[in-house]
Amino acid sequence: MSEQSPKERRIILKYADDPAYSNRIDCYLRVGGYQNLKKAFAMKPEEVGEEVLKSGVRGRGGAGFPAGMKWKFLDRKSGKPIYLICNADESEPGTFKDRQIMYKDPHQLIEGMMISAYAIGASQAFIYIRAEFHEGARILNRAISEAKDKGFCGNNILGSDFSCDLVVHRGAGAYICGEETGLIESLEGKRPNPRIKPPYFPAVLGLYQCPTIVNNVETLCNVRHIIEMGGEEFSKIGKPNNTGTRIWCVSGQVMKPGYYEFECGALTLGQMIFDVCGGLRPGRSLKAVIPGGSSAKVLRADERFSGTLKDGTAFDWGLGDIPLDFDGPMSAGSMSGSGGIIVMDDTVDIVQAMANINAFYAHESCGQCTPCREGSLWMRKITQRMCSGGARKEDADLLLSVAKQIEGRTICAFGEAAAWPTQSFVTKFKDDFINKASETAENRDPKSLQLI
Amino acid sequence: MISPTTEEMVTITLNGKEVEVPTGINAVEAAALHGQEVPHYCYHPKLSVAGNCRMCLVEMGTPMRDRSTGEAIFEEDGSPKIGWVPKPVIGCATNVSPGMHLRTESDLVSECREGIMEFLLVNHPLDCPICDQAGECRLQEFATDYGRGYSRYIERKNVKPKRTRLGPRVTLDDERCILCSRCIRFSQEVAKDDVLGFVDRGSFSTLTCFPGKELANNYSLNTVDICPVGALTSTDFRFKMRVWFLKETKSICTESSAGCNTIVSSREGVIQRITPRRNDLVNDTWMTDSGRDLYKSVRSESRILRPSVKGNDLPLKDVVSSAVDCLRGEKIGFVVSCHSSLEEQMLAKRLVSLTNAQTFICGHFGDDDGILLSADRSPNLRGALVTGLIDQYPNDNLADLNDAISEGNIETVFVFDEDLILSGVSEENLQKVSMVYLGTHSNNSSRLADVVLPGLSVFEKNGSFVNRSFIAQAFEMSVPGPAGIKSQVEVLTDIISKLSEEEGISSDLDEVWDIFNSHNQSVLAGTKFSNLKKVSVPIDGSSWSHLNFVEKTALNYRPIESEPK
Repeated sequence: MSEQSPKERRIILKYADDPAYSNRIDCYLRVGGYQNLKKAFAMKPEEVGEEVLKSGVRGRGGAGFPAGMKWKFLDRKSGKPIYLICNADESEPGTFKDRQIMYKDPHQLIEGMMISAYAIGASQAFIYIRAEFHEGARILNRAISEAKDKGFCGNNILGSDFSCDLVVHRGAGAYICGEETGLIESLEGKRPNPRIKPPYFPAVLGLYQCPTIVNNVETLCNVRHIIEMGGEEFSKIGKPNNTGTRIWCVSGQVMKPGYYEFECGALTLGQMIFDVCGGLRPGRSLKAVIPGGSSAKVLRADERFSGTLKDGTAFDWGLGDIPLDFDGPMSAGSMSGSGGIIVMDDTVDIVQAMANINAFYAHESCGQCTPCREGSLWMRKITQRMCSGGARKEDADLLLSVAKQIEGRTICAFGEAAAWPTQSFVTKFKDDFINKASETAENRDPKSLQLI
Repeated sequence: MISPTTEEMVTITLNGKEVEVPTGINAVEAAALHGQEVPHYCYHPKLSVAGNCRMCLVEMGTPMRDRSTGEAIFEEDGSPKIGWVPKPVIGCATNVSPGMHLRTESDLVSECREGIMEFLLVNHPLDCPICDQAGECRLQEFATDYGRGYSRYIERKNVKPKRTRLGPRVTLDDERCILCSRCIRFSQEVAKDDVLGFVDRGSFSTLTCFPGKELANNYSLNTVDICPVGALTSTDFRFKMRVWFLKETKSICTESSAGCNTIVSSREGVIQRITPRRNDLVNDTWMTDSGRDLYKSVRSESRILRPSVKGNDLPLKDVVSSAVDCLRGEKIGFVVSCHSSLEEQMLAKRLVSLTNAQTFICGHFGDDDGILLSADRSPNLRGALVTGLIDQYPNDNLADLNDAISEGNIETVFVFDEDLILSGVSEENLQKVSMVYLGTHSNNSSRLADVVLPGLSVFEKNGSFVNRSFIAQAFEMSVPGPAGIKSQVEVLTDIISKLSEEEGISSDLDEVWDIFNSHNQSVLAGTKFSNLKKVSVPIDGSSWSHLNFVEKTALNYRPIESEPK
């Protein structure tokens, strides 16, 4: 449990850390649970969709695509069944928000999912949960059976004609299952090789070649709150185009790492690190921050970011000035991704950090398409060698070139996820990579952390 | 599977030039139609699109439309404004649409190809000097055409199993595998025997058979053909021959009435392997494993190598004379064959009428696998029908011949290839008649023949067959026959010429066709062997639609009864 910051505005995690609150249905009902399901059922499904569209809520899984818009793409004319999938395969290094929701407030997710299922007309919904969350799967299964007993899920929900079954499906331990088409393949019982798009857009040809909506846990929970407040009201939280709250997961070398829920744009990255998270350890200085999970591009502490925002206002930010919402990190050339803020202070050997990230992507590449399969392992081998005394001056450029050969040429976004860290690390810390070649056991910074 | 849906054409702009291509084909095929190679590994025209090799990345753009009004947007010069997709797209999964722009030759595209080639080679063992695929390897070809030319890779390569037995006929080298998944898709989609899959992930992904399964179906060697690299190799052909030494000849598989188009590869008169040849009307790009083994019969011990009369080897012309003598009598029966070529059947027809003989034929039937091994296990039963040699569908035996001999109606039999004893003619009856046997291999009844004339196998002569879909197809000689043996067509011409006392009958196949067509009204009119050599010709089989053909619905074949009206 992370200590709640007084400045937080908790909507999703409102009760999560309340000692009197548990993940049982009684607790949830006591705080107004499933009332919004009733409210939604009093509306037409299209009206529910309209509220979600109006709320402007953007997907919390990483890409930040407006959820209401995603629902609009659904192929309703095919006559095939429609499926709803909750992507609970939270595996982005640095991200641990969905876990809190599912472990501490599972009914919120179930209510959000049932409202969403009603809105899109799905009579079968799945929660695809990562393998490592076995306790989460147990909690969710218990919550689902509690909800079924009370008629909030399953057959004839709330006594209506609408039925929607909800099944928890556990992954088998693969990061790629978080990619929605990989997830769908896995759910079908196959290797989670992401599908080619076109033609396999989930909204048209998803699970079992039927129209399918895949949403993140946090996104689906937001649906419940959108219905509670109304889309219009919800859209007033945060900033235009960056509505609602976001749960930020801060990890790395700060005094108080943890998860913090704030209105979008309510604070800056600097405030997050130095106020909310209690700053760095004594005597340390900030070196770099990855703002949105390990696949987001790294930001250097002394960088300046300038340009014009979408609304036309010019900005000139230091790292600490970047507003924490969707567009802030994006404008700074990175992304807010899944909200995983990884803080690195001056003790971090940046090449080691790179090697660590590369090891992850080489291990998690599904191996389907060539650039990501071969490129991720090659980059891992290069950085591993660099950290084992075999660095060459030309390795920095080689890494950049390999990453460039991956980016934009793969089946799924994993290619970018693997390439962006390398591209940003090497570009922004080129000296660290070049100096690695002349590093010996004697001249090595003794403070430097061994990450791998 | 991407194939043209209609005959309609669309106009696209390929590398700045407007070209016409059929609707519904993909960018790889469209470019190929206009002489532009888009290199690819995982894409195969007869399999589903996987899009995993990324070698066929091209630039694609479509005419822009105003989002709100839907109206086309134009450049200042009036040409449609093209919205280029910011990333390269895979040609195999990009179907052409009107006004589409494609760039298959640009800096970005070359850069992509160079990058993919480098990636494919970093963990490739580069063991070309000992690799069977060398010489017909896409990896070699594209590395030369599109690769960087030098390696930037100094890390250790991945190690994987080098020689895995996937099944009785296929050996796998996992290190060479580029994980294109063609073999997996083939097994699932064509052979319907889903036994292959990948295990492990990332660059350590490894092709393997599912536990307890093996790649043993009768189509397993097609995976070797479609493997773009040297990962899947034929256990039979492995380490046997460098492919650049092979002479390739077009042939037709004689295994069944499916009539798979094949390539027979030989060196110095010895056949080394048989592989399928693409024909979208017949076998797509596949053939059976069992059909690939047929060349082994060429050198079989039972091969008839010398002409003989009553067991004594004699010069061919003397043996032909003895055969002619036998045919001068009365009560002659011809046992014709659905293994004979069309030309042989034409000459047999002429011989039957010359000698006023009765015709008998035996069908050879087995199980139909619904793909390319049909229930009719002979290549040219329909040939016997269209040449008019027979007018009834054959039984699987020669009981009628046996009866005819018993009743004393047949005193001489002229046999093409058939084993009469196996087909239900009693040995006792055979001893009653004088027998001329013209065939490639000896059998129990040929040993009883008075006159034995050797013939050439399908690999040693030219000719044509009519397959189950009434498509006439030519096969060509790939290797010379055993010394001194003439083709059946030449032997038959000799016999006809002696019997009719007509000089100068030509054994040229085209003239055989001409003479046949001038004497007979048949559906074969208007074509001849040299036409078939260029392209297979569908012929009208409707006159035989009342016959009960044994073939079942299969790849590119529908029985006449089930044809949509």
